[in-house]
Amino acid sequence: MHRRLVFILPILVLIALIGFFWRGLYLNPTLVTSPLIGKPVPDFSLPRLHDPQQAFNQSRLKGQVSLVNVWATWCVACREEQRTLLHFSKQNIVPIYGLDYKDDRQSALRWLTERGNPYTAIAFDATGNVAINWGVYGAPETFLIDQHGIIRYKYIGPITTEVIQRELLPRIRALRREGT
Amino acid sequence: MIPELGQLALVIALCLAVAQCFFGIVGAQRGHFIWMNAVRPAAVGQALFVSLAFVILTYSFLTNDFSVRYVAENSNTALPWPYKITAVWGAHEGSLLLWIFVLGLWTLAVARFSRRLPQEFASRVLGVLGLISIGFLLFMLTTSDPFTRLLPPAAQGRDLNPLLQDPGMAVHPPMLYMGYVGMSVAFAFAVAALLGGRMDAVWARWSRPWTLVAWLFLTIGITFGSWWSYYVLGWGGFWFWDPVENASFMPWLVGTALVHSLAVTEKRGAFKSWTALLAIAAFSLSLLGTFLVRSGILISVHAFATDPRRGIFILAMLGAFVGLALILYAWRAPMFSESGGGFKVFSRETFLLLNNIFLVVAAAAVLLGTLYPLVLGALNLGQISVGPPYFDHIFVPLMIPFFILIGIGPYVRWKHGSVPHTGRKLGWVAALALLVGAIVIVLLRAETSFIAMAGVLLAAWTVFSALQEPVQRLWQRLRHRHASLGRSVLGMSVAHVGAGLMILGVTVTTMLGITVDRVFTPGSSLSVHGDQYAFEGVQDVSGPNYQAVQGTFVVTHDGRPVTVIYPQKRQFRRDGTTTTEAAIDAGPFRDLYVALGNPLGHGAWSVRIEYKPLVRFIWLGGLIMVLGGFIALMDKRYRRVRITAVTLDVAATLGDAGTNLRREPEH
Amino acid sequence: MKPWVRVLVLGCMLLLVSRLAFAIDSEPPFTDPVLEHRYEHLLQEIRCLQCMDENIANSDAPLAADFRRQIHAMVGEGESDAQIKRYMVQRYGDFVLYKPPLQANTWFLWGGPFLLLLVALVVVTLVIRRRSRLADQEQSSR
Repeated sequence: MHRRLVFILPILVLIALIGFFWRGLYLNPTLVTSPLIGKPVPDFSLPRLHDPQQAFNQSRLKGQVSLVNVWATWCVACREEQRTLLHFSKQNIVPIYGLDYKDDRQSALRWLTERGNPYTAIAFDATGNVAINWGVYGAPETFLIDQHGIIRYKYIGPITTEVIQRELLPRIRALRREGT
Repeated sequence: MIPELGQLALVIALCLAVAQCFFGIVGAQRGHFIWMNAVRPAAVGQALFVSLAFVILTYSFLTNDFSVRYVAENSNTALPWPYKITAVWGAHEGSLLLWIFVLGLWTLAVARFSRRLPQEFASRVLGVLGLISIGFLLFMLTTSDPFTRLLPPAAQGRDLNPLLQDPGMAVHPPMLYMGYVGMSVAFAFAVAALLGGRMDAVWARWSRPWTLVAWLFLTIGITFGSWWSYYVLGWGGFWFWDPVENASFMPWLVGTALVHSLAVTEKRGAFKSWTALLAIAAFSLSLLGTFLVRSGILISVHAFATDPRRGIFILAMLGAFVGLALILYAWRAPMFSESGGGFKVFSRETFLLLNNIFLVVAAAAVLLGTLYPLVLGALNLGQISVGPPYFDHIFVPLMIPFFILIGIGPYVRWKHGSVPHTGRKLGWVAALALLVGAIVIVLLRAETSFIAMAGVLLAAWTVFSALQEPVQRLWQRLRHRHASLGRSVLGMSVAHVGAGLMILGVTVTTMLGITVDRVFTPGSSLSVHGDQYAFEGVQDVSGPNYQAVQGTFVVTHDGRPVTVIYPQKRQFRRDGTTTTEAAIDAGPFRDLYVALGNPLGHGAWSVRIEYKPLVRFIWLGGLIMVLGGFIALMDKRYRRVRITAVTLDVAATLGDAGTNLRREPEH
Repeated sequence: MKPWVRVLVLGCMLLLVSRLAFAIDSEPPFTDPVLEHRYEHLLQEIRCLQCMDENIANSDAPLAADFRRQIHAMVGEGESDAQIKRYMVQRYGDFVLYKPPLQANTWFLWGGPFLLLLVALVVVTLVIRRRSRLADQEQSSR
């Protein structure tokens, strides 16, 4: 009997592996969860895109629920996202701040004039150094910040209407309830 | 019209594979001779129709038939014709067809060379191979049809991925697949033996040459892949521990264990169930590799573009094949009495057991490292990366005892070894290895680490100990003219020498190689390891389907010219992608490696220069291992198999279900 | 597959090919060989998140260049390897390290192979003992 058990062992290993693989097929290994969730937004100070003399820093992100969207004109997926964001911004639910990531100021300004500007204010990160502090590893990425300036959620990839409905709005409502 | 014929050929092959599988397994189970007689023709037909499909796809590539989606996506009229052939396996669908084609070749070979095997056994082997063919043909026809039409046809194809436009592409994938798929034959032999309820030394003797051939191909494939990535990826590395590389390394490690374990089963009739498990594991790991590469479940630089349906299909197939084999194993293997008799602690058997332990633990470590991020993700326990530093840390402590044992094992007698005898044979070898190690360490002074010293010492030990026997025999022969050395033993010695040279190459390149990244302007120069590299600037050159910038470096040593090398940066017209063609001045004892980085304006370029001592020994070692395997394959014993198999089989049939059969080796 | 996942995958595939123009920066090397060695070693152990499976020493992705610049600066400022790795992990998680740290969720990764080796050696010892008793019996019965 004891001897038989040894021979069953390989099947158990196989079953366990297949279980993991099955689960793994539904995970996307390229999405990396940010360790910054639940932490205050990192301190930073960047010039604003439209007015380089003015600074944009973390204090701006306190006091209300807001979104910070990392984008760039070289980012193909951002084009698709732009329209959704524009539509969303018109509903005036939360302010959307932009972090223009490793971009060229002139192209960025042109892009906004041509396509419309969904952002309440835009910080301009030419070197990408601030983005590193935010744990950004590509564009677009979107952070949800609560009233206390704490990062509560991060979405990697372009925002679509579906993402807004399914991922963002419920969380924004929950944060509002929490805050009041 | 012609591509549809290809599709039809695959459907017919599928029908024939069903017949092959059914008649093979059920016919043997029922002892139905007419059914069993149908197996071989069905198998041959299946293989021929698969080959026809392969030829048709190749034809579509050669005739630029861009109405076939797969051709349109992976070829171009400007693509040189040899690459049109290799483009057949340049992406998922075609490489899967190559997989099935190679399985067809193995099936043909088994059908051809199994006539001397008992009919029931040969039927079962072909039946199991048929089952594997069914799985892969269904996979191809349902999710990955290479003959799908593109409507309207494209005017021009997209071109083959520039990385794959290399002569290496003609050798690496076919060899690797020959190895991967070859493990299915060892698997089929093991499953057939389990089905038949007879597993003995005769079984081991039959499956040993097949396993050895598969192992040879796998070794060639991996060695070639390593060399290819060395010169094509532009990093100067020879092994990256990427999940897909690991996927080919795991079956190799287990296959190597299997080749050794079969020796014990054949010579001593021992460890039968363990050997059978290894045969199942080696092929399972091949299937696992297929799954990892084609499912997108892991992040890898080599992965194919993915479709989740494919992942699910291969996973189901993996579960079905391996699951069935393991259930059969759990049911049948305990019935085989562990015969083969006893052996002393100090005996060949012990050393081969240890060999198996280290190889299997090494394979398990690679598996663990490769899958660990996936498992953590599936359990929601965090995201981690397991990269080269992990594998290096785990592998070195496993390989040090392993290579010490490699030297000793062959000099210990079967069943009952004698320490003084082995000591006499190896004493001077150990002394010589220590001497060489000491000389090397003195030459390299204090700049080496402990690992480098251990590596050099182990390499010397492995090579010298492997040479001891052949050298001694040769010496005896010169004096007395009657000592002989079996090809089997000679093959083993040669293979072990190869392993030793590989360790030497890996250690020395890793520990003593130099990499320098610098900015060069025309006229500037830099000295690396005594060689002076003078940059003379870049010029534009043009290839059949790319434009390139080519740098010129004049290398001198103490004012004497060494070489002039021309690294390139190619931009392909397909989609503007660039590749780095490193310039390599290859020498037996060192490579000089120069790669262009990025232009920095005003004629300045960033450049990577590497000095790689003994890097060629890595691949030379691999090829010598292959040579060793080939010599072993030429052993008289296997040529005699055709005659003796019949007599052995009669004996086996007469014996009590064969399980207790013990056959003393002739030598 | 969700469309944006496809975009991401496509993006990665493009990077896969384009990264082959590998990374060499215009920053001057450290004059101190110890610092240079540490810098190069660190680059081997940090993963580029933007690419498929590459360390930042080999990757041509823009993110890898940013990482290198950051690490170059930190090495120059005299920060230790541990500090630099902690800096990266705080921002990108353990995923960024190619050599996983030894912690609760990785002890089995680091210990597993040796645990398995231990178990295997114990089993082999038992097998050999049984077999050698068998050998003794065979000898005495002869």
